[in-house]
Amino acid sequence: MYDFAYHKPGSVADAVKLLADPDAKAISGGHTLLPALKHRLNKPSALVDLSGIAELRGIKRVGNAIVIGALTRHVEVATSAEVAAAIPALAYMASHIGDVQVRNRGTIGGSVSNNDPAADYPAAVLGLGATVHTSSRKIAADDFFQGMFTTALEPGEILTAIEFPIVDKAGYAKMKNPASRYVMAGVFVSKAGGAVRVAVNGAGPCVFRQAAMEAALAANWSPDAVANIRQSPDNLNADIHGSAEYRAHLVGVMARRAVAAAG
Amino acid sequence: MPQVTLTVNGQTHTAEVEGRTLLVELLREKLRLTGTHVGCDTSQCGACVVHINGESVKSCTTLAVMANGAQVTTIEGLAAADGTLHAMQEAFREYHALQCGFCTPGMVMSAIDLVNKHPDGITEQQIREGLEGNLCRCTGYHNIVRAIAAAADVMHGKRTEIASAAQ
Ligand SMILES: Cc1cc2nc3c(=O)[nH]c(=O)nc-3n(C[C@H](O)[C@H](O)[C@H](O)COP(=O)(O)OP(=O)(O)OC[C@H]3O[C@@H](n4cnc5c(N)ncnc54)[C@H](O)[C@@H]3O)c2cc1C
Ligand code: FES
Ligand code: FES
Repeated sequence: MYDFAYHKPGSVADAVKLLADPDAKAISGGHTLLPALKHRLNKPSALVDLSGIAELRGIKRVGNAIVIGALTRHVEVATSAEVAAAIPALAYMASHIGDVQVRNRGTIGGSVSNNDPAADYPAAVLGLGATVHTSSRKIAADDFFQGMFTTALEPGEILTAIEFPIVDKAGYAKMKNPASRYVMAGVFVSKAGGAVRVAVNGAGPCVFRQAAMEAALAANWSPDAVANIRQSPDNLNADIHGSAEYRAHLVGVMARRAVAAAG
Repeated sequence: MPQVTLTVNGQTHTAEVEGRTLLVELLREKLRLTGTHVGCDTSQCGACVVHINGESVKSCTTLAVMANGAQVTTIEGLAAADGTLHAMQEAFREYHALQCGFCTPGMVMSAIDLVNKHPDGITEQQIREGLEGNLCRCTGYHNIVRAIAAAADVMHGKRTEIASAAQ
């Protein structure tokens, strides 16, 4: 790791000022950033540690939504009674990220801003149609995820919270790589009245919505409805862990399991 | 250079570190607590697990500066002053839950956090899933799982001594 200056601001406003330096980088749980820095993939002049900012913590119910602060760790979402009561699929998803120690440090804000194609949270954010709150605005999930490791966040903009609408049904299923614990292919489904969303993670370079499955589930909410829908392997990821065809096949299997889990 | 003050195994230390100094480097190289191991340095093996404020954390993936003000417990902090082993250490010994011993400090620290998080009892399945972040190249895990179950009985007050492995 190259060395860097270290700052620990106490407010979002102070953090935004420190991040005005284009070579400074935010750090939350560090469970993505530190492994990357060890590889010298990045040479930030300064790390701005967000972990001292109290306003970024916590889970609360606001109207018909659950709002989760950016610094909230995976373990807190996994064990939150509030989340389990309102959106159990979200608690289930958080409880299956990485391993215990990763969940004890990794945060929702870090995961969503990083937008790793194989991360879990982007599927929940897109699959539930959540709203991303930042230091300067609110962004709909459909506009937030823009490509591999790319989001709508501007340089220096801080993700502050995510607002998840409480839906009628939601479910998540993934096949994970047994060595890295990251997602090979996952599907997050939700239903709110007649509105159905199906988000696919792990399989492509960026989380995406599966329109054919959404239409089929809107007409008939059951695992059978997606059984005959083929995901095209075009543009899906292919690497030593699996071919694009394998991932395309997994998308169908995970979609059926996610709908079954949603009930 | 940044300064950190933290409590390690009940003792307060203040040290000068670089921004990039990892918690495991502070523990091993400055405080000479070499019981905490580095297996992979890529956040995957769990040999470096310590407790920060009672929770298991990979110290190879935590900056020393981020542990400023924290209570840290390492494998050296478990046994009593007279040398009496912690129930988890005693169970690992009794159940032959280690061979080369490289993974053991991290395994023990993870196991204690895991048992503490299941105060009403822990199943074999929960133990196996809870060890996902700790890799062992030697034992095949079965004896580790048995040791943790035996230690849990003592930590939960169901028994006063570790059950004999011979039973
Ligand atoms: C062994 C291992 C296994 C893992 N397995 C999984 C898995 O199965 N599924 C999964 O989803 N993830 C997995 N992860 C990743 C883990 O969940 C990360 O913790 C998470 O993706 C990033 O969160 P963080 O708080 O650690 O972010 P950091 O590492 O602190 O930051 C990540 C990036 O986001 C930026 N950032 C952080 N917070 C903010 C913010 N509030 N606003 C704007 N930018 C910000 C940082 O500058 C950095 O670029 C794994 C990690 C490890 C080490
Ligand atoms: S050395 Fe930290 S996880 Fe392997
Ligand atoms: S005892 Fe050798 S790695 Fe576990």
